[in-house]
Parts: sequence; structure tokens; C-alpha cells
Amino acid sequence: MMKFTGQVAHKFAESPLLRLSLPPWRSRLLAVLILSSFGVLIGRAFYLQVLNIDFLQEKGESRYRRDFEISASRGRIADRHGDVLAISTPMKSIWAVPTEVNISPEQTRRLASLLETDAKILAEKLDKADKIAREDKRKNFLFLRRQIPPPVADQVAALKVPGIGQDQEYRRFYPTGEMTAHMVGFTGVDDKGLEGAELAFHQQLLGQAGSRSVIKDRRGQIVEDVGSVKSPQDGKDILLALDSKIQYLAYSQLKQAIADNKAKAGGIVVVDVRTGEILALANWPTYNPNNRESLSGAQLRNRAVTDTFEPGSTLKPFTIALALDNNKVRYDTVINCAPGRLTIGPATISDAHPHGALTVAQVIQKSSNVGAAKIAAMLPAQKMWQMFDDIGFGRSPRLGFPGEVSGRVRPWKSWRPIEQATMSYGHGISVSLIQLARAYTAFARDGDVLPLSLMRVDTPQVSGARVFAPKTAREVRAMLEMAVLPGGTAPKAQIPGYRVAGKTGTAYKLEHGHYNRQYISSFVGFAPASDPRLIVAVMIDEPSAGQHYGGDVAAPVFSSVMGNSLRTLGIAPDAPLQVAQSPKPTPTPKAKL
Amino acid sequence: MVRLNVFLLLAVLLCSLGVVTSQHRARKLFQALEAEQERARQLEVEFGQLQLELSTWGTAPRIEKIAREKLRMNTPEVDKVVASSPARGVSR
Repeated sequence: MMKFTGQVAHKFAESPLLRLSLPPWRSRLLAVLILSSFGVLIGRAFYLQVLNIDFLQEKGESRYRRDFEISASRGRIADRHGDVLAISTPMKSIWAVPTEVNISPEQTRRLASLLETDAKILAEKLDKADKIAREDKRKNFLFLRRQIPPPVADQVAALKVPGIGQDQEYRRFYPTGEMTAHMVGFTGVDDKGLEGAELAFHQQLLGQAGSRSVIKDRRGQIVEDVGSVKSPQDGKDILLALDSKIQYLAYSQLKQAIADNKAKAGGIVVVDVRTGEILALANWPTYNPNNRESLSGAQLRNRAVTDTFEPGSTLKPFTIALALDNNKVRYDTVINCAPGRLTIGPATISDAHPHGALTVAQVIQKSSNVGAAKIAAMLPAQKMWQMFDDIGFGRSPRLGFPGEVSGRVRPWKSWRPIEQATMSYGHGISVSLIQLARAYTAFARDGDVLPLSLMRVDTPQVSGARVFAPKTAREVRAMLEMAVLPGGTAPKAQIPGYRVAGKTGTAYKLEHGHYNRQYISSFVGFAPASDPRLIVAVMIDEPSAGQHYGGDVAAPVFSSVMGNSLRTLGIAPDAPLQVAQSPKPTPTPKAKL
Repeated sequence: MVRLNVFLLLAVLLCSLGVVTSQHRARKLFQALEAEQERARQLEVEFGQLQLELSTWGTAPRIEKIAREKLRMNTPEVDKVVASSPARGVSR
């Protein structure tokens, strides 16, 4: 028995007792349980590795991967020679998260001196912001100072104050300031063009920010790029047609003339005859685009483009040219302008100085309203309207400048005879200074007009839209030359060394539908008359220092700007250096005009 | 068989060492590239600032002021100007 027992201990598994207590399903159940738990694990692995992979990948990458934006700078605006007129340079803004700021009095003192403020004020500011932030979690952010130079920002960073950080931003600078303000315009805080060329060329100037994602190591150094790098596209640089030197001449002379004549406002435009480029455009009053506080009010108006006025006598040459073109008159046809008055219907037209019989050329030279009205009476209204339309009056100049106006030319069908007569000498029609300057390209060139351009033109159009026959343009040019000689209306427009052609304008201002006793004096002319290169148009609004005739107020500005500009451009003189003192024939065959 | 295994083991060791060193070198070079690119950006910024400075110092009003006040320059009077051209010679 004992022996048997010992045997039982050795053959445990064979014990009949135990064998009975292990039913066959038990091992199967275990196998199923184990296999199914494997199944759960595989399922979970499948879920994590296949179904939910994006989430986990992202979580993993966020441990070492950093995405950041690479900022792009706005393009520069430069003049035709590449001198910078507007440029962006990086600046830093300093901000604070008030609840996280932990700053010692010593640090406060140093931070305040870097930010050019008082330590007490800074501490109070942070305290106040902290209180607000504790009440409303969303207000937990505060700009301490914006647009400070990067070296100062580096010193701020060196203080290592927790809760104070910095961002990069760009600030736009305008080195030429108020001189080119209307031409260049300015941008808003968010780098959006708001005026002038900044607005006109906003899309080209705009940069495209790039982005890149990288892997950084524990020390914060970039180890490698992951994914594709989107490199930033800096905005394109814009070369304007503007010539800084001519712009300065135009601006300073205009400013001087407005001060001398105690005028309210004024504008000046210089146009290149051969290319249609706007070499200078200045207005008064103006503003300094670098000074954000000055960026509102009437001084922002680019008057030469956005304001229209009745041009007055500067339109007479167009009436005469149309009559010459249609063979209604010749340059030596005599028009009886006595007694200096002309009654059409209920209204009477009169000359400032009564004249007797004048030739067509003398009508321009002496600027006779009666003469111009009589010549206009020979022309059909439709033809006159068509001519105004052809030279661009009543149409937007489409330069891309904000707020450019088209002026007002009423449809010819509604013209009454008196209106056609007044339009012949520039009343009852309104134009902007830039339109007037462009219209004169028809005389400065041989009868065609070019579209104006704000940007530099490297391959100029050979010819523009024809308005007058070349012969007509040359004849009118000779008449305009006489207007500047002694005996004309604007001897003050003469320039020693150059032959000049131009026309004065003195118009009553129209306010609320009535003419008041205020004037707009203007002068439009070109030189050298033998081969015109530049057109200068000057407009002075409400001169009130005693003189108001275009020949006394605007012509001297023309003379000085044109003379200096021609010298600056190195254009050879085409006349003796003395100013003509008495009427004398000019050396061309047209001299007899 | 054993010799082949030893040879393969050595080859694997060599290759893995090669991978480590080349990776290290790549990172070094990448860091250098980063540093240079950063420098290029800095130079670009500096160029912009210098351009700004150039046009600020070179504005026409300042040039005129210096020419007139410091250098005592003037526009010549008309009777002092002599025009010369190859075709016409000197004329007054």
C-alpha cells in the first residue's frame, strides 16, 4: 500500500481523481480566451496603426517638429533712377502676457528705459492689465510697444523676463516724405496700400509669406527639414516714372508760389512728351506719410487727379486747332473782336482787355474770349464734343490712382449756343490738371496723344491716338510760342536759352452753381518749342495776394520748373540766352504767325 | 560558414558606423547652411536699412541746403552763362 502510494505521488497526472476533474472543454475555453485576447491586441494594433494613424503621427511629430511662417517683405517703390521712395524694414513689437509676467523692480526700470517710458507707468500698466486678465482670460495680452528697432528688441530679450515676448513686423519708411506724398501714397498698419502708388500697385508690391516645418533638437537647433519648404516671395519692386530731382523742383516751386500768392491750394504735373511718363506730380497742401497722425483730412487729396476745375483759356488752343483742322479758318484769318463784348441769347461774353480785329494767331496770343467764341460758332457741336472726347476730357485717365475723376463734358445734344461759346474758352466744362497736361501732348507732339504712365516706360509707344493733323499741331505750337513772347499773356513764362510755348488760364471758381470772385490761375506749356520734351501744367487755387492772372501767378512757376528740369535732363538750348524783350520773329518759317 | 558570418557581421558594423558618421556630418552641414541663410537674411535687412539711409541722406532738399549754405553754390546769372555746341560754336 505504502509502495503504491509512493507511485501515485510520482504519477500525479495520471491520478484518476484529477483526470476526472479536468473536463475536455476547459482547455478549449482557455485556448479560445488566449486567442481572443490576441485578437483584441491585434485589433487594437490595427486601430492604432491603420485607422487612427494620423492622430498619433501628429502627436508624435509635435514632440519634435516645429512649423513656422517665414515672413516676406513688401516691395520697394523707387523713382526712375532707382532712388528709394518707399521701403519696408523689419521692426519688433514687444508684448506681454500679464498673468505670466514675473518682473523685479530692477528689471522694470531697465525695461522701461529700453521702451522709452517711465518705470512707474510701465509697472502700473502691467498691474492694471493683470487685474483685467484675471477677470477675463481672453484679455490676457498686451502690446507694450510696437515697431521698435531690432537692436533694442534684442536688449529687451536679454532681460529674460518671463511673460514678455516679441514679434517681427515691418515698418514702411518714406525718405522723401511730403515731397512725394501724393505720388507714392502710404500703407496702413497691416501693410495694406491705402493711397497713391501703394494702392495702385498693391498686388505687385505684396509679398507672399512662406512656411516650413523642421525638426528641432533639445537645444532648439534645427536638425532637418520635414516636408516641403515653401519659400517666401518678396513683393516686387516698382519703378515709377517719377524723377526725384524734377519732383523736388516742382514741389518746392509750387510751395513757394502758393506762399507768395497766399493761395489756398495748388497742383503741378510734369509729363515727358515722348513717352507719356509722369515725371513729377505735386500738390499743396500735402502731408508727411511717415507721421501716422497726419494721415487724414483734406491734405490727403491728390488734387491734380481727384479735383476738377473749369480750365478757362487753356482750352482755347483746342477750339482753334479744331477750326484749323476743319479748314474753317487759317492762322491769318481776321476775326473782329471789337468791342470786346459778344451777346449770345441772354448772356454776354466779354474780354478782360477789349481788342479790335485779331488774326486767329492773335486770338491765342492775346487770349480773347470773344475771338474764341466766334470761332467756336463756326463748328458743329458734335465735332467739338468729339474732339474733347478724343483728347480725354470727360473720361477717366485710368492711371490706377485712387479716386481719379473723369471731369464733366455734357453730351453735345444738350448744348445751347451760349454753352458752346463758353466751352470754347474753357467754361462750362471741367477737367483735372492731369487731363489738361495730357491733352497738351497733342500740341507738343504732332497731333497725337499718348496715354500717361505712372511707371517707368522703357519702350515708348511710337505714336498715340491722332486728334489733329500734324500741320495743325505745328501751327498751334507756333501760336502758343507767341503767347509767351512780349505782347502775349505770359511773358513771365519765358526761359533764357529755350523756346517756350504755352497758354495761361484764369478762371472764376464755380461754387454751388455760382461764379464767385475767386480765381483759379493756371498755365500749361511745353519746351523746347523746336522739339518739345516736357509738358508742365501748373494750377494755383485762389491766389489772394493781389495778382490773379495765370500769366502772373502760374507762369513764373512754369518757367522755373521747366528751365531747371530741362537743364537737369541735359536738353540742349534752342534759343539765345537773353530773354526776348520785344516782339520779334522767331527763326522758323512759322514765324510770321 | 563561420568565416562568412564573421565577415558579414564586420560588414554590418562598418556600414552602421558609416551611417552614423554621415548622418552626423549631414547635420553639421545643415546647421552651417542654416547659419549662412540666417546671415543672408540679416544682410538683406541691413541692405534695406542702408538703402533707406542712403535715400534719406540724399534727398534733394538736403543736397540743395548743403550746396547753398555750406558750399556757397548758386545758379549762375543768365549773363554769365555761355552756351557752346559743336555746330554753332560759342554763343552768348
